[in-house]
Amino acid sequence: MQKLLLLGDEAIAQAAIDAGLTGIFAYPGTPSTEITEYVQHSKQAAQKKIRAAWSANEKTAMEAALGVSYVGKRAMVCMKHVGLNVAADAFINAGMTGANGGLIVVSADDPSMHSSQNEQDSRFYGKFAMIPTLEPSNQQEAYDMVYYGYELSEKLGTPVLMRITTRLAHSRAAVARRPELPQNELRLPSDLKQFILLPAIARKRYKGLIAKQDIFIDEAVKSGFNKYLEGSDHSLGIIACGIAYNYLMENFQETEIPYPVLKITQYPVPRNLLERMVNECDQILVLEEGYPIIEELLRGFLMKCLKIKGRLDGTIQRDGELNPTKVAQALGMEVTPGAEIPSIVAGRPPSLCVGCSHRDAYNALNEALAEYSKGRVFSDIGCYTLGALAPFDAINTCVDMGASITMAKGAAEAGLVPAVAVIGDSTFTHSGITGLLDAVNDNTPITVIIADNATTGMTGGQTSSATGKIEAICRGVGVEEEHIRVIKPLKKHHEENVKVILDELNYHGVSVIIPRRECIQTLNKRMREKAKTTQSE
Amino acid sequence: MKKDIILGGVGGQGILSIAAIIGLAAVEAGLFLKQAEVHGMSQRGGDVQSNLRLSDKIIYSDLIPIGKADMIIAVEPMESLRYLPMLAPDGWLITNTQTFVNIPNYPDKDVLMAEIGKVKHHIAIDADKIAKDMGTLKSANMVVLGAASPFLDLSYELLEKAIGMLFGRKGENVVAVNLQAMNAGRDFALNALKS
Repeated sequence: MQKLLLLGDEAIAQAAIDAGLTGIFAYPGTPSTEITEYVQHSKQAAQKKIRAAWSANEKTAMEAALGVSYVGKRAMVCMKHVGLNVAADAFINAGMTGANGGLIVVSADDPSMHSSQNEQDSRFYGKFAMIPTLEPSNQQEAYDMVYYGYELSEKLGTPVLMRITTRLAHSRAAVARRPELPQNELRLPSDLKQFILLPAIARKRYKGLIAKQDIFIDEAVKSGFNKYLEGSDHSLGIIACGIAYNYLMENFQETEIPYPVLKITQYPVPRNLLERMVNECDQILVLEEGYPIIEELLRGFLMKCLKIKGRLDGTIQRDGELNPTKVAQALGMEVTPGAEIPSIVAGRPPSLCVGCSHRDAYNALNEALAEYSKGRVFSDIGCYTLGALAPFDAINTCVDMGASITMAKGAAEAGLVPAVAVIGDSTFTHSGITGLLDAVNDNTPITVIIADNATTGMTGGQTSSATGKIEAICRGVGVEEEHIRVIKPLKKHHEENVKVILDELNYHGVSVIIPRRECIQTLNKRMREKAKTTQSE
Repeated sequence: MKKDIILGGVGGQGILSIAAIIGLAAVEAGLFLKQAEVHGMSQRGGDVQSNLRLSDKIIYSDLIPIGKADMIIAVEPMESLRYLPMLAPDGWLITNTQTFVNIPNYPDKDVLMAEIGKVKHHIAIDADKIAKDMGTLKSANMVVLGAASPFLDLSYELLEKAIGMLFGRKGENVVAVNLQAMNAGRDFALNALKS
């Protein structure tokens, strides 16, 4: 079959479609977004009627995917690494229920935090849930592992976690496809109590999950993705996990690697492979993209095993993503950088777009807050987080999806009044509604600004679950009608917008202000498409 | 054959269409290809880069090792300098000279050009002006691609074909404009090499 030039994300999506996917569920998050977008734009997926719309958040996505698995069909759920925190309750318990139809959970980690607030390593979640974890080293392996992952999931009745990182997600390479499979027929679990995690049943399920661990390890040997490559020089052995394997190989393009190499891309890691390397080699270098998971495992808690080199002893920088240069340095190879960056080259941080509605909203908010002491604005995850930078310096926190409202609530309850929350429309329906309900129930004096640009902006303008529903949600949660204020964030309305904010800052209860204006990027895109259709008419 | 290329610019300037055209041409030529892109936060007016690797042998790493890039292609002059540590001693730097100023501490343009002048092999081209003179300001990135084309070790016909493939669905006019822009950039570079 013809090869396709695909991003790692797209290879995963294409593999899922080819492997008989029935539904994909996700909330957008860099670097995972393109998996779901690929399915949404695929003609093949449309013909097969694969469902692919965005979910309100990662937890609802995870649970819906589990529902598809329950009826015996194949499902995929995708998120960025921190999204797995949101979905964790469903995810860990899906390990307990097991799967019926094939279920793959894709978590895309972002080491070096290109577009994230931490660099947590999803492999920990695989271990936590005690389920098989796949960590492809390249685009082709990503494709093949999805195809294999569905077989594994159905054969062993377990969800499978696939962990990728930014560089694989957003790098393109040629990928060969496999034959298309039909979707599964509807087939409920043979035991209709399998998914009831009542203690009595859960205890049995847990014993079953423990019993499966050896089978999972056995699979990680048999599948062929983990490889022990012989080497004649046993002064060093190299363990390379996932994409680290590529960075290793990059340094041996012209010569054979003299050392034994253990390539690990499937977990749980077979003990015998690790044991062989430890017995055979004088020293071991562990190359992992992310946390030093295998390294820690090998060293042991007391760090007495001195022959292990990696991130914990400083051979490799403890934080940040790997690259071929870091691996070369860890191997003691010579690295010659090009010329230095001239000192005149200035940093160019991202910024809110020219014409962005958040600019006008922050200008109004800053003016309204000018008479109060600083440090009162709790914000959230999205484009508007860029309000943290100059010239706005408008916000004081950004922690996790939805934390703006609840942190403002806690701060207000502890005496910081007025306290302001700034949250985007999509983030509000992702994780803000329950926090607003808490505030209403306690009548906490907070001013919540829901910056509504009618899209999920930072990830590229995906549909927002909130569009057209925000006032109704706020009313439904119990915010008083007269304290739900919609404003138009434009320069010409600046004075009246400041006044609205001041009014609500002075109100001793829950107010919601909704600055509403379409995202400038989606607006431009819409105009371009409109121009195109008019042209072709 | 191996070409490791760093593409640099500012989010929204269209470095990914340059990458896409070179990529399509490379695939037509039967080469291996890897291309790492930047998505997400930096696309909002921040510095963005792409690692593009072509080879007749299998390519492992998605990222180019430091000091090993054969070329830097930049659509913005300050951004061209940001990746100098990546460039091999004999590598080429091809850059647009039109600045994109969205920060308060943007350096003086003459100082900037002097720094570019220090790079042993470089082509500095006012792609915006060339594109504007042709009435197609939006295809400045194709002018830059044209200026880079003599150094790519890819046949020019394949690059032309790739433009047709990428812009074909937008109509013949768009294809023609982009071809013209690439040609103009190529002519500029070939002349610069002669002098």
